[in-house]
Amino acid sequence: MKRIIHLKVNGLDHEIAVEPRRTLAEALRIDLGLTGTRIGCSIGDCGACTVLIDGVPSFSCLTLAVEAEGHEILTIEGVADGNKLHPVQEAFVEVGAIQCGFCTPGMVLSTLALLDYNPDPTEDEIRRALSGNLCRCTGYQKIIDAVKDAARRMKELS
Amino acid sequence: MKKDLKVIGKPTPKLDARIRASGQAVYGQDVVLPNMLHGAILRTKYPVADIVSIDVSKAMQLPGVVAVITGDDINANNINYKRDNPVLKRGRVNCIRDEIAAVAAVTREIAQEAVKLIEVKYNVKEGIFDPFEALKDDAPQINEFVKGDQHINIAHPFYYEHGDIEAQKRKSAVIIKTRFELPRMTHCCLAPCAITADYSNVDKRLTLYCVTQIPFLFQRDMARVLNMAPSDIRIIQTVIGGGFGSKLDMYPYEPICALLSMETGRPVQITFDREEEFIASPTRQKMTIDLTSGADSKGKFTFREARIIMDNGAYTSWGATTPFVMMQTFSSMYQLPACIFDAKAVYTNNVYAGSFRGYGNPQATFAVERNIDLLAEKLGMDKFEIRLKNANYKDELTGQEMKFISCGHKEALEIVSDKSGYSPCHSREGGNLSNRYKRGIGFASMLHVGGGAKIYPSDGCGTNLKMDDFGKLTIITGSSEIGQGSETVLAMMASEELGIDLKNIKVINTDTDIKPWDVGVHASRTTFVAGNSLLGALKLLKEKLSNKAAQLLKTEIDDLVYEDGLIESTTSGESFKIDKVVREIHFKPPNELCAVYYYYEPGSEFQDKYYKGNVSDTYAFAAQAIEVEVDTYTGNIKVLDIHVAQDVGKVINPLGLAGQIEGGVVMGMGYALLEELYSEKGYILNPNFHDYKIPTSVDIPNIHFYPVETNDPYGPYGAKGVGEAPLIPTAPAIANAIVDAIGIRIVDLPITPEKVLKALKNDA
Repeated sequence: MKRIIHLKVNGLDHEIAVEPRRTLAEALRIDLGLTGTRIGCSIGDCGACTVLIDGVPSFSCLTLAVEAEGHEILTIEGVADGNKLHPVQEAFVEVGAIQCGFCTPGMVLSTLALLDYNPDPTEDEIRRALSGNLCRCTGYQKIIDAVKDAARRMKELS
Repeated sequence: MKKDLKVIGKPTPKLDARIRASGQAVYGQDVVLPNMLHGAILRTKYPVADIVSIDVSKAMQLPGVVAVITGDDINANNINYKRDNPVLKRGRVNCIRDEIAAVAAVTREIAQEAVKLIEVKYNVKEGIFDPFEALKDDAPQINEFVKGDQHINIAHPFYYEHGDIEAQKRKSAVIIKTRFELPRMTHCCLAPCAITADYSNVDKRLTLYCVTQIPFLFQRDMARVLNMAPSDIRIIQTVIGGGFGSKLDMYPYEPICALLSMETGRPVQITFDREEEFIASPTRQKMTIDLTSGADSKGKFTFREARIIMDNGAYTSWGATTPFVMMQTFSSMYQLPACIFDAKAVYTNNVYAGSFRGYGNPQATFAVERNIDLLAEKLGMDKFEIRLKNANYKDELTGQEMKFISCGHKEALEIVSDKSGYSPCHSREGGNLSNRYKRGIGFASMLHVGGGAKIYPSDGCGTNLKMDDFGKLTIITGSSEIGQGSETVLAMMASEELGIDLKNIKVINTDTDIKPWDVGVHASRTTFVAGNSLLGALKLLKEKLSNKAAQLLKTEIDDLVYEDGLIESTTSGESFKIDKVVREIHFKPPNELCAVYYYYEPGSEFQDKYYKGNVSDTYAFAAQAIEVEVDTYTGNIKVLDIHVAQDVGKVINPLGLAGQIEGGVVMGMGYALLEELYSEKGYILNPNFHDYKIPTSVDIPNIHFYPVETNDPYGPYGAKGVGEAPLIPTAPAIANAIVDAIGIRIVDLPITPEKVLKALKNDA
């Protein structure tokens, strides 16, 4: 039976009715129309559905929508400041870290969490932070470069 | 007049990157249409069986189900290259991905639930999962729709030869014969397959929102399958989340989705989950290659004789034609006086193979390059010297009659040797760090088509250009963007030619109702073919603009330059804004729109019936040198440095180019060390990313890329194809490096720690 839940996504409150088995990824995509959260495997292997829950990168395909109630959820749609891309997104664009782009939202959110926790990561720390996000196009090098560039951009801003 | 390039060769972010970074890009799984239903497919429970009965009554009764279809309900022709694959199977199933029935329901969950309620009675049969078994005289026919010319289970035979092989054998000082086993690898596009079909009962037209790499062939095929007129089918490509060749064929789920939409009169969407993606996507051909290679006492290659059995699986995709590409490598990579190539794609009851980046070339190159190391070792020659001595050269006409009008092979070899710090005295002993860790360096080269490939009646591409009254250019190109950056490359060329900013250029490339014909994204052809097509169109557009501008500026056409949004006279220094010139053409005589079209067909030739001919306008060459470290206690292999030198003709976008190189190399590493889709008695054992490993961010080595610019005379700005090449030499170079480090015998992929340990034990 469906339950009414309240989700706080990108700073906005939503009331939706979901089956208890509904994953957060499905709720975001189907009930809220936030399709920037990609579904690549549904079993927590690929990281394309990564969102931040209270700032922590989480696989939204392994999180039930009902579990997310009462938490702050950030999806890719909430990363930019209005029309202005976030420095992490700018870095991904400028460095050439995006090919097909399907992994990009998850990569960007994992990067945001990393840089929040560790504004000056080493290459090894970057690699480890992104190891739960698969990419088949880029070979990761440009993504790692983009994270370094994003760290630099964010330092300049702060 | 010649001017310095202002845009070409400068690092340029992809035009579509911002949309993708913001999450706004619409992939197949994101499409939503009014009143849309969701489809799901029932696949067989057993790889080989007769279907005794199908009962859909319980599925039909499930609330929310709108339609259920089986092979008996539809009027559709078989799909695939040999027309040997029914969209929904009737009477029998031949492999574990076979489609038996499909459901359309109001939600995806209900459709999936309904599929489970369909009752199928099977009469399970023994299958044939080994192509050598399938070739036996008494083997039963696996696919009922095709009569093999030679044997009932040969889907496609290929035979090629040049030179006097017996004479060359007599000249050979050493001959090496090796049997190689290459595994099934699968694309692992991050976005699972997705299609939305929208059939209108009112105007009888079908619109497909899909992820094909070959929209015009797809449109034609779909029309044939559904008995419709091609013009009544509109293909709209969504943003494509990875292609790599996987979308070069039509698969049953696509016409099934169309049939569900026609049945219900409503839009229907089918999206795969990851397990379905692993089981019901194509694979790189699993094959056995017996390669005999010879060299004379001075190290000149004398001949190659390749006998290949490919596991086709139960149906025949375009992938069965990969021998076209493989034979080029066997016949023409390095100078070669004689070659015999015999390949057979053989039906089995395994999942079927398809097209995959490199198109047979990774397998062929693995065999050729492994044997070269063995020849060098037996001759006591340096493995770099033997490659350099036999390298391809400019203006070479190969035994297969391919013409290398530009060729950076030698240069590429020299660069990677130099940069990797290789020296002939670098040997197993030199890399002996300790008892436990050993290092080695391996080389491999690559030859691939670089100027399209003439395998379809046309290898062409059309371009329509429109410049509006405000000076903005719309490029409508037949070519497709699958993430590789073709949009950006085309926009850069137009920006260069017209002197207008990239932000004033838009590329339209996703809709068959709008865009002109193109054969598709394959053969690393888009920059070359779509680029030349665009340059042809730009020339026509500039003729219009220049005629008017010369008149306005009272000067000669040759005197004009296009820069900074202006058309300027170099003698007077006077200029007009480009949009002003457009308005002069539009609103005053000759009262014309500033729009042109151009169709480009490469100058390449069809091969004759002996497979000889210059199949591409130009060819790409590359060399890689790779250093590895082997842990002899665990068998673990660490790839340290990959040096890549590739003849790209001319660098158009360094950013996109490096991305293609790095992505290709890492995919090649996966092929070398990690990836195999395991199959037992027709069942797929590892259909998920836990068990089928692809490289992650912690696995990648340092990749050093050195572009070789040979300025191809036919390429746009001198450029040639890039996309497939980087993954091709990686696996053999890694294998050669491992052999260099620890001296084991490597004849198959992937080179897992278990295999390394076993080999170390056996050799001890």
